[in-house]
Amino acid sequence: MANMAQAIRMALHYAEENLGVTDIFGEDVGAPLGGVFTCTQGLKTAWNSPLDERGIIGAAMGIALGGGRPVAEIQFCDYVYNTIDLLKLAGNTCWASNGDWNLPMVVRTPVGSGIRGSIYHSHSFDATMTHIPGWKVVMPSTPLDAYGLLISACKEQNPVMFLEPKALLRVKGDERIPGEPDDDRALSKMIDAPLGDRSQWKPQWPAELEAFAIPIGKGKLLREGTQLTVVSYGRTLPLCSRAAQTLADEGISVEVIDLRSLWPYDWEMIKTSVQKTGRVLFVNEDTEVTNFGEHLLRRTVEELFYSLLAPPRLVAGKFIPGIGLADTLEMASVPQQNDITDALRSLAGEQP
Amino acid sequence: MSRPRLIKESSAPLPLDRELLVRIHDLMVKTRVLEERLIQMYKQGHGYFWIGGPGEEAFNVPLGLLMKKGQGPEYDYLHAHYRQSGTLLALGEEPIGALRQMKNTASDPYSGGRNFAGHFSLRKYNVAPVSSPIEVQYSIAPGTAMMQKRVGGDGITIVTGGDAGTAEGDFATCLIWSSRPANPLPVLIIVTNNKWGISTSAEGQHGETRVSERGKAFNIRSKTINGNDPVEAYTELKEAMEYVRTERKPFLLEANVSRLYGHSSASGANYVSEELDCLKQFETRLEADGVLTRQQMDELRNRYTEDMAAAARIARDEPLPAPETIWKHIFAEDK
Repeated sequence: MANMAQAIRMALHYAEENLGVTDIFGEDVGAPLGGVFTCTQGLKTAWNSPLDERGIIGAAMGIALGGGRPVAEIQFCDYVYNTIDLLKLAGNTCWASNGDWNLPMVVRTPVGSGIRGSIYHSHSFDATMTHIPGWKVVMPSTPLDAYGLLISACKEQNPVMFLEPKALLRVKGDERIPGEPDDDRALSKMIDAPLGDRSQWKPQWPAELEAFAIPIGKGKLLREGTQLTVVSYGRTLPLCSRAAQTLADEGISVEVIDLRSLWPYDWEMIKTSVQKTGRVLFVNEDTEVTNFGEHLLRRTVEELFYSLLAPPRLVAGKFIPGIGLADTLEMASVPQQNDITDALRSLAGEQP
Repeated sequence: MSRPRLIKESSAPLPLDRELLVRIHDLMVKTRVLEERLIQMYKQGHGYFWIGGPGEEAFNVPLGLLMKKGQGPEYDYLHAHYRQSGTLLALGEEPIGALRQMKNTASDPYSGGRNFAGHFSLRKYNVAPVSSPIEVQYSIAPGTAMMQKRVGGDGITIVTGGDAGTAEGDFATCLIWSSRPANPLPVLIIVTNNKWGISTSAEGQHGETRVSERGKAFNIRSKTINGNDPVEAYTELKEAMEYVRTERKPFLLEANVSRLYGHSSASGANYVSEELDCLKQFETRLEADGVLTRQQMDELRNRYTEDMAAAARIARDEPLPAPETIWKHIFAEDK
């Protein structure tokens, strides 16, 4: 099966061939590198930009205003912060012009910890991004979802922020992307750029790729359960799945929801689940103060209070200025497997 | 650098034909009267904030007249700042739209009562939404120019901003992205230099002799002109636009202009008599050259003043947007 980076690449290929994507660009996005995480290797509309994040977001907005369909990349979300007012502007362009203009544009950026990226390659961006109205925000945790959400993003009439959990970019999926070849090694030979001289290399794209789209705003019920609910997305999602398996072995039934879309998000799925289980844990790795999980928690308390059997909880990143490089520091800063398993176990056992 | 042509010295006949001079004058008067009406509305409590471009008419009107007007990359894009009413009127907009925006009525054609005066948006003529943050438009402009270059044809991107905002990084972004050797772009980069950022004089903040000289580092053809002279503005804009249209390369044009009523209502919006008034100066010249008589010009001004007062009365009585409309247009619907 394809890994997430390959899935993104195939979706972008499909989108530039079939969905009108005109420009895939950013720092080191074009040849020869094709992105520091290889997500844009071999794409025909990929090009390298100056080292200027404001220029990248601004150009994407201009291309969208000019009738194009850009997919811009910010190399690490840690470097997106000097574009915040442009993101705000992109988010209000339709609203401020009373519907006169709209911006069909996608911004992709790798987020989160997991590669020992120290202070400036480990940030999350979901808490900040969900503070900017007018954007749709998605964050896949599997290659298939990455493919399907990117196809949807490239069909959108509005700005979409596509957050790529960098710890999962090289992880192979369990589900086949429609059209990808059966053999992983065959796929790699076809679409991974060779080491060394790439000047003559051209990818051989799988011919059967299709517009497999995952609608923005729909979560995925990954595992059914009856006693508690865990809602997550991105890097921490597979950790939640494993925790659910561990607790299943202990006789505790956990329902796992992969939110996938942060805005709009699938409240109906959360609500249905919490009304059934009465216990819910929200998990993400962004800093915990004014965290998106806090919003979900607030809504759970306000709307589902009388369904609850225990206080809803949040496991998130520590509210500290950075994620330190040392293994011990990173592990202590953002949720790890044990943090999540322990939190779920504790929530399952909590009695009034 | 061109030598500013001082009007009092000019003995040569005006280089533009009479019909064009009269049209430019007409639009300059219309713009000035509109701005004065907007200020009056603000002062009478029929709006919360005024910002606009009295003092920039001599530059902004020719700009609008010279734009290739239409929708889509075959036509010119304008990424404007908030002093551009003269350009919008020259494009053919009715002034009542600006009055409605001042009164933030539901009928405001540019933002539906959501944005300040002077914050135009006009997709049918490729006018991108004007926003309050200074200079973001300079980062956006290269994008439309990229599409125009790709599509072919002679459409160009025009971006305008003030001198104070050139301190922001977006201005450097525009210079860099417009002149990338990999893909030079058809962008006319304009700075209207009024020598002020609200209350802060450029003298104390900017060490560069001329803003236009910043273009040289990027091999961008650059020029500083007298933006208070509509004849010079028209002629120089035409030349710069032709260069950008045909060469498909950027041009940096700095136009020295006046700021006749200060920064905005935040600084009082009172007439600043020390600033050169481009309209007064142009009218002196038109009269001296026999293009228009004082009486004709007075009549024109009176007529526009009456028209604008009548339009303001209409705008004043129109309803505000309904509260529930805050939820409209957060997202565009799929087309």
